[in-house]
Amino acid sequence: MLVWENILLAFHSLRANKMRSLLTMLGIIIGIASVIAIMTLGDSISSSVTDSMASMGANNITMGVRQKSSATETTDSGMTFSFGPRMAQPTEEDYITEEMLYDLSSRYEEAIEGFSLQEMVGSGTARQGALYAYVSAVGVNEVSLENTDLTLLSGRLLTERDQQEGRKVALASDLLVEQMFDGDNSGAIGKTLDVLFDDRYYSYTIVGVYEYEASDMGFSSSSDEDTETTLYLPLQAARNQTHNTSGYRQLTILTASGVSASDFGEEVQEYMNRRWYGSNESFEINAMSMESVIESMTEMLSTVSLAIAAIAGISLLVGGIGVMNIMLVSITERTREIGTRKALGAANGSIRLQFIMEAVVICLIGGAIGILLGIGIAAAATSLMGYAVSPSVPGILLSVSFSVFIGVFFGYYPANKAAKMNPIEALRYE
Amino acid sequence: MKSKTVIDLKGIIKRFYVGMSNELEILHGIDLQVHEGEFVSIVGASGSGKTTMMNIIGVLDRPTEGNYTLDGVDVARAKDRELSLIRNQKIGFVFQTYNLIGRTSALKNVELPMLYAGLGKRERSERGKELLEMVGMESRFDHNPDELSGGQKQRVAIARAMANDPSIILADEPTGALDSRTGRMIMDIFHRLNQEQKKTIVLITHSQELAEETGRIVTLKDGEVVGERRGNGC
Repeated sequence: MLVWENILLAFHSLRANKMRSLLTMLGIIIGIASVIAIMTLGDSISSSVTDSMASMGANNITMGVRQKSSATETTDSGMTFSFGPRMAQPTEEDYITEEMLYDLSSRYEEAIEGFSLQEMVGSGTARQGALYAYVSAVGVNEVSLENTDLTLLSGRLLTERDQQEGRKVALASDLLVEQMFDGDNSGAIGKTLDVLFDDRYYSYTIVGVYEYEASDMGFSSSSDEDTETTLYLPLQAARNQTHNTSGYRQLTILTASGVSASDFGEEVQEYMNRRWYGSNESFEINAMSMESVIESMTEMLSTVSLAIAAIAGISLLVGGIGVMNIMLVSITERTREIGTRKALGAANGSIRLQFIMEAVVICLIGGAIGILLGIGIAAAATSLMGYAVSPSVPGILLSVSFSVFIGVFFGYYPANKAAKMNPIEALRYE
Repeated sequence: MKSKTVIDLKGIIKRFYVGMSNELEILHGIDLQVHEGEFVSIVGASGSGKTTMMNIIGVLDRPTEGNYTLDGVDVARAKDRELSLIRNQKIGFVFQTYNLIGRTSALKNVELPMLYAGLGKRERSERGKELLEMVGMESRFDHNPDELSGGQKQRVAIARAMANDPSIILADEPTGALDSRTGRMIMDIFHRLNQEQKKTIVLITHSQELAEETGRIVTLKDGEVVGERRGNGC
């Protein structure tokens, strides 16, 4: 009950000195707001990224050719030089070949469910008279197509025969149909689509129309007409077009259920490099699962959060000292009040409690404003980046308890000073 | 009829800077008894030790030597915590400068000693209003001290002093900052409290005129009681 009276009292004296109270709170507000903003931002980004990555398949392993991080050369004189990465493009000799894939799948028969293979053809423009649409053509094998999770609106998907024979057929988006065939999804089936890549036209027969989904990463272009949609071709057809016969620069391994993707990824990487890339001077295999990407991303985000939280902690420390300073001013100003209270029978403990509560209330109000401000900043930032904001609950709890802690910690010394005042001197204070 | 002794000072000596080269003895062995229901004034010029004596009577300070029994309790060597309790329960202070808590309503000011006594909200509010009515301040419950005149402030202060029904009211120059008409009104309230409620009142003043109104006049000079005589009051 005395605590409640003291809280009311604290509000009372804060209202009496609004400007001063606000300025005192500023340090706390800035500190808490930055902690909350960073934690909320971190949480929002990592949950959005984790979601979208998980939807891409956390059980998949992306395997690709990458440049070795440093090539070590030893000169005649025995000195060792380390070269930093020299940018170089892998040539066809460095690609992952069918032979390697066959070897890998027979070695890890249990763990590998399939290879999702793609061949990027590139961006082109589909034309028909005055009508046009931008496309990005990609050759996919069956596993890759299954994994892409398309919603078919009409026609059919690519068949095994399309793949084997390398037929020049394609799956087009409904957006393309909208622009080229008046939105007649079933009417577009069987139509020929002429697409200009660089200087050459290629013709494909549309066999299926799928529903276009805007990328949830938020980088889609402004108008529908300019949107580049994907044109799915049979893998073999795409490879014929790009004259690529040697292999793949990057592919996705689908793991069987029950296999730890991140562990298996490491094993595959180690095996591939030992078996096939040991003699390759400048390139090696990098196999990474989405799981491990998410892990390292979360780790990085939390490290950044921690660093910024430490900086905010310094701001809170400064804010706390500000609170202590203003409390010292306040008790000096109110010396007579303290003397009067003591004459009326306030015990030292009551006086101490009164001023500690005042400091705590300053810090809590500052903390509350800081939390709102922080969430506001984070919401603005996340909406700019196109993520959904998710307020960090542990961050809020942490901030509230930290505010109370600062109030008690920095309020104690002034409060104790007030409590120990000699009532006679306090009453006579001018 | 001999009533009981409320204040019993025996051989009170007060020294400052004890043990230092500038040690100073302010009170040189005061003996004073105040009985229940008495209205006593302590007069003396400045430097006579009035204030020091009031601090000791009001247990804001401890005597260096001597015994002080207040309402049957030996308070000379009580601990801080006990002194707070005694001030809260047994003494009502009225100051020359009112010492109301700023930006706090008259009623809240009166409630303050009851708050420290641990009384509930309802009880405090009821008794507070009663007390303010008693001093004629019933229309000013919600006013803050800076909205009150000097006389009104002092009336609130008297109501506050009465809050926990203390054994004594200790008034230090209560009319010192007031004009004579308002001062008269305040003195009338003290007389009323003394006569109607049989409150023991100790008035500290330098004004002979005011002292004459009280029942007994104790004159202090250079830290010693130099005279004691009956006043015109009671």
